[in-house]
Amino acid sequence: MGGHLNINHLMFLGQGALWTVGLSVIALIGGGIVGFVIALARISPLKSVRIASAVYVQLIQGTPLLVILFLGYFGLAAIGLKVSPLAAAGASLTLYVAAYLGEIWRGCIQSVPKPQWEAAEGLALSRTQRMTKVILPQAIRIATPPTVGFMVQIIKNTSLASVVGFVELMRSGQIVNNSLFEPFAIYAIIAVTYFAMCYPLSLFSQKLEQRMGRGRSTLAPA
Amino acid sequence: MSLQLDFPAVLERWPSFLAGAVLTLELAAFATVLGALLGTLAAVGRGTHNALIAGACKAYVETIRNTPLLVQIFLVYFGLASLGLKFSAFTVAVAALTINVGAYTAEIMRAGFEAIPRGQIEAAEGLALSRLQIYWHIILLPAIEKVYPALTSQFVLLMLASSVCSQISAEELTAVANYIQSDTYRAFETYIIVAVLYVILSLVMRAGFWGLGLVLFPRRRRLGTPL
Repeated sequence: MGGHLNINHLMFLGQGALWTVGLSVIALIGGGIVGFVIALARISPLKSVRIASAVYVQLIQGTPLLVILFLGYFGLAAIGLKVSPLAAAGASLTLYVAAYLGEIWRGCIQSVPKPQWEAAEGLALSRTQRMTKVILPQAIRIATPPTVGFMVQIIKNTSLASVVGFVELMRSGQIVNNSLFEPFAIYAIIAVTYFAMCYPLSLFSQKLEQRMGRGRSTLAPA
Repeated sequence: MSLQLDFPAVLERWPSFLAGAVLTLELAAFATVLGALLGTLAAVGRGTHNALIAGACKAYVETIRNTPLLVQIFLVYFGLASLGLKFSAFTVAVAALTINVGAYTAEIMRAGFEAIPRGQIEAAEGLALSRLQIYWHIILLPAIEKVYPALTSQFVLLMLASSVCSQISAEELTAVANYIQSDTYRAFETYIIVAVLYVILSLVMRAGFWGLGLVLFPRRRRLGTPL
């Protein structure tokens, strides 16, 4: 108890911030890979695949991330796997991010103009060729601004990993607070740090959207 | 690798789950109504010619949208406490959720305001409607009608995000789950049940907003398109 905020505390918070970035990157890559599969599954010619992926998205989007994190943390333990908080948080965030990115990307793929699909078919391209050579290169351009925008959500959502004991920025703030008990000052520092990470991405996303000449999407999980 | 699930042991706590779900809905309802008001005011403020008010509203929206809800809740919780104000966890949770969803609502409402064609307002001026009448009938109501689906999604996300309030011991659904799992040692079963309850709550909320939309926007019901 007692003492003042010193350089060691700040170093500790800085380390936490690095783990926040690390966990965000894990969630983005993992969620991106699974999300891409989800996006393709949502527009699959097979009805059963479409329904299964739609159910997945509905279930994940109808459940709070906090509950998914608890399920990942306790669920993996319940089936006998001993997992670190990092693995549990990484897996849970991957599942969560995949559901949202999958829906965003499905929208982007489907917003490639219809004649492009028809022209590719008319040129006798196979389904795979049509996707990789015609549709996806255009969809990626459309998908870039909302994906950068969603990265802000990912960074903010990693703060919830603190509740399963993963020491990222939020958790390291709580630990420092336990020794100093100056909650308002410490959480203000944490808030400023998150803002410094997120705001440049928000601005970048807005810039990209303006360049694309589209309205900005404001929907976001809090 | 053996997984033994014992749902009955957890399900017999259903009155607690029910109470938690009701509190979650209460939190969501209060924060939705207050946040919609705050967000609309912030969106109006951002559109004014007064640079100070517009700047303040922009700063509010950007600050909230770029920091995690968990941090905001702790700041409100400890901020009020350090001012010597004592409130219940429920009040603090409603305040924090309102501030949070207000910022997202403001962005959605701003998009709605920007989508109102200039000519529509000029036509209203030509018909000698008062400023207040123009604001209410020509700008605000059509804007809400336009962005209603986006608002609906945002408020459902707010309900889900209210799970974070368990961290300041507001006794909502997730807090109830945390308590039950520490009492029964049946964590996996408890959180599966809670996940199902949240999915049901979000479906109920979506259905509720859909029904409300039918009542509020008769034009949309008849024509199938917003104004």
